[in-house]
Amino acid sequence: MTLSITAPSSGRTHQMADAWRRQTSLRRFYAVLGVALLLVAMFTSIWFADEANAGHFFDRLPHILDFLSWLVPKDWNDVWRALFDIASPHDTGTQEFNFPLGRSYVWGGFYIPEYFELMLTTVNVALVSTFIGFIFAVPFSFIAARNLTPHPVLRLVVKRFMELLRAFPEIVIAGLFAAIVSAGPVAAIIAIGLHSLGALGKLFYEINENIDMRAEEGLRAVGANWFERVRFAGLPQVMPNFMSYTLLRIEINVRISTIMGAVGGGGIGEELKLSISRGFGAKTLALVLLLFTTIFIIDQFSAWVRRKLVGEQAFLMGA
Amino acid sequence: MAAMTAGEIRAIEDRFPLLFRRPVYKRFGPLLLLAGTVLYLAYALWFFSLPQVLRDSHWERLPLFLSQWVSYDLQPEFRLDQPQITPKYPRFSALGDSPNPDWVTRNADGTFTVLIDGLAKSVTFDKTQAIITANGQTIPVALASGKPVIAGPVPDWITAHDDEVVARMGFAGEVRVTVDRVKVRKRFLGWANFVFDTRSPFFGKSTGEVVTLILSGPELKPGTSNLALAGDNIWYNAQWQHGDVWTKMLQTIVMAFLGTLLGGLVAFPLAFFAARNITPSGWLSQVLKRFFDFMRSVDMLIWALFFTRAFGPGPLAGSAAIFFTEVGTLGKTYSEALENIDDKPREGVISTGANGLLVQRYGVIPEVVPVFISQTLYQWESNTRGATIIGAVGAGGIGLKLWEAMRTNSNWANVFYMVLLTLLVVFTFDAISNFLRRKLSPTIHDYNRSQAEQV
Repeated sequence: MTLSITAPSSGRTHQMADAWRRQTSLRRFYAVLGVALLLVAMFTSIWFADEANAGHFFDRLPHILDFLSWLVPKDWNDVWRALFDIASPHDTGTQEFNFPLGRSYVWGGFYIPEYFELMLTTVNVALVSTFIGFIFAVPFSFIAARNLTPHPVLRLVVKRFMELLRAFPEIVIAGLFAAIVSAGPVAAIIAIGLHSLGALGKLFYEINENIDMRAEEGLRAVGANWFERVRFAGLPQVMPNFMSYTLLRIEINVRISTIMGAVGGGGIGEELKLSISRGFGAKTLALVLLLFTTIFIIDQFSAWVRRKLVGEQAFLMGA
Repeated sequence: MAAMTAGEIRAIEDRFPLLFRRPVYKRFGPLLLLAGTVLYLAYALWFFSLPQVLRDSHWERLPLFLSQWVSYDLQPEFRLDQPQITPKYPRFSALGDSPNPDWVTRNADGTFTVLIDGLAKSVTFDKTQAIITANGQTIPVALASGKPVIAGPVPDWITAHDDEVVARMGFAGEVRVTVDRVKVRKRFLGWANFVFDTRSPFFGKSTGEVVTLILSGPELKPGTSNLALAGDNIWYNAQWQHGDVWTKMLQTIVMAFLGTLLGGLVAFPLAFFAARNITPSGWLSQVLKRFFDFMRSVDMLIWALFFTRAFGPGPLAGSAAIFFTEVGTLGKTYSEALENIDDKPREGVISTGANGLLVQRYGVIPEVVPVFISQTLYQWESNTRGATIIGAVGAGGIGLKLWEAMRTNSNWANVFYMVLLTLLVVFTFDAISNFLRRKLSPTIHDYNRSQAEQV
């Protein structure tokens, strides 16, 4: 059979071409409009941010290097000395070089350097709060999942509650509990823990809603109750994803806990804030180095474990 | 069911070695994890000295603070040692300069009556005695003997100290009686003077009066229209600082928007050079990837503190901090998305002899742009939340204002006002971002759902 292409009547071709042209030009118009609006919003925002700032961008730009100059220590060895609390020969009795003061002795002459202890506090705050968030988020997420919920009304209540916790500014929770359990790491743990509960709960119930329900059907058929169905049909399917998101949450929580420290939650954040605001070059560099290394190690470790748990899927959404 | 023979059991075990002969670390993995977690928690308990902290905590303050979020109190004081008893209100009380509330009455016989919750919870007093009424009981306190004295049994809602009698009336307030003064605290549900503060000429007027004044009244301040005056009074309300709060809120929004957008703009071209399948040199890819890791790992807090020092406190510092972190985060996610693309469209475009730029434009970009935008929107959402905290270290926005309002422990209503605004902004932006993501990339957003339906 020979293949014959029948050309459409030229009137119809024109019609189609016109429709296509109209469609593309409309789409192009929307794209240009969108980009233009975005640019206007961007430049207005830049102007607004600059206007509202204490120092203006172009006034301050030449002084950026001044700001870097205090950061460079007179003696680079001071960075190590600050990090490990070793007395500096430049010590003049000021706070800038009082490195050995922070030592906390554990056993005879063996001590934990101050910054390592502070870093440990920050990491512990992140770990404990992630744990609290995880423990509550697991049952909540099964209640909030459309396919597994014991009751639709309960589902709605739990879902709204988690949304509220997720959006609630952490510093307010921290501030509230600072007035109750005294300012410090415990208030930060409660605040970050509650926030993690909301954030993890949302991610978890979205995973739950996508599970294979055949296992659940099987358990239902043999008369399993809600707890048994969740435990034996739900959990095994979702656990790798849960763990992956929890590890991701640990990464985020270490950062939040650092910031919380800077506003009175204890840990390394406070020391960093003081050190930068007073212009202690060596101390700042030591702190930044320690913080950077810790976060980097935690990130890489968590990425490695997550890749083992769920493969490349863990990195697709960056969530 | 018939019992299985040993041979049958072994046969089954041989068929499923993955289930029956699991390596030791896999069999005991969960148990070890659990034991490790328990041990760690015990350590954390000791590390944060939690029992001590909990013993020293003041949980009784929690309901009080929470009630202060949605209520305010007035605290009139009556001196009894002066020739004439007159109510005194603290300066800047919510009632304005010449308060004359209807719940304080001077009776014909010279006594005063303060209604804390109607007549059921009230106190009536003169210089010789105070009669406290609450919970269906009426307790007279004699003041003539130089000490407040309660005749008869003292109910549990009253605490009789040596020189002071304190009557607690729950949420409604409390009464404190000493020989020389009576102090009353009366609590009201709501926010006081939310629209006009006590200095405003519109203060104390009903909505109808205010509307009439604005529409047709005589000018209250010569040279300014009443509408402008009202707007000015609301904006500069001394107690609620609407103007300042809203400006700071806008700063927070702008910080998140600018930081994310600029971060995305810088990360976009860099991601192409960092993606293993697109980059012209593997060395460049490694350098860029480590650069992204660096930008991400130097915490947002560090950037914020540095830029606050460089530019001074304000949203510029906050935007710059979010921008630097976002270059890392978005660069990483963008390059990972690029590494996951389908290579066929790209090959097709290359086969037509197109140059490098055109290959990216027609072979790669159409595939990744929805993913990029979706990820950027997600970061925008999360940065809007993050910008609130970053502000507390001085990087601009509502954070610092929130923190300062909380530090005094007395301004919880203002805190709640700002929290409500923040929640409103976060929820709105979540909704916008969700809507845009659904519009732009239904494939990604509904990917999981569609997968679930295919089963």
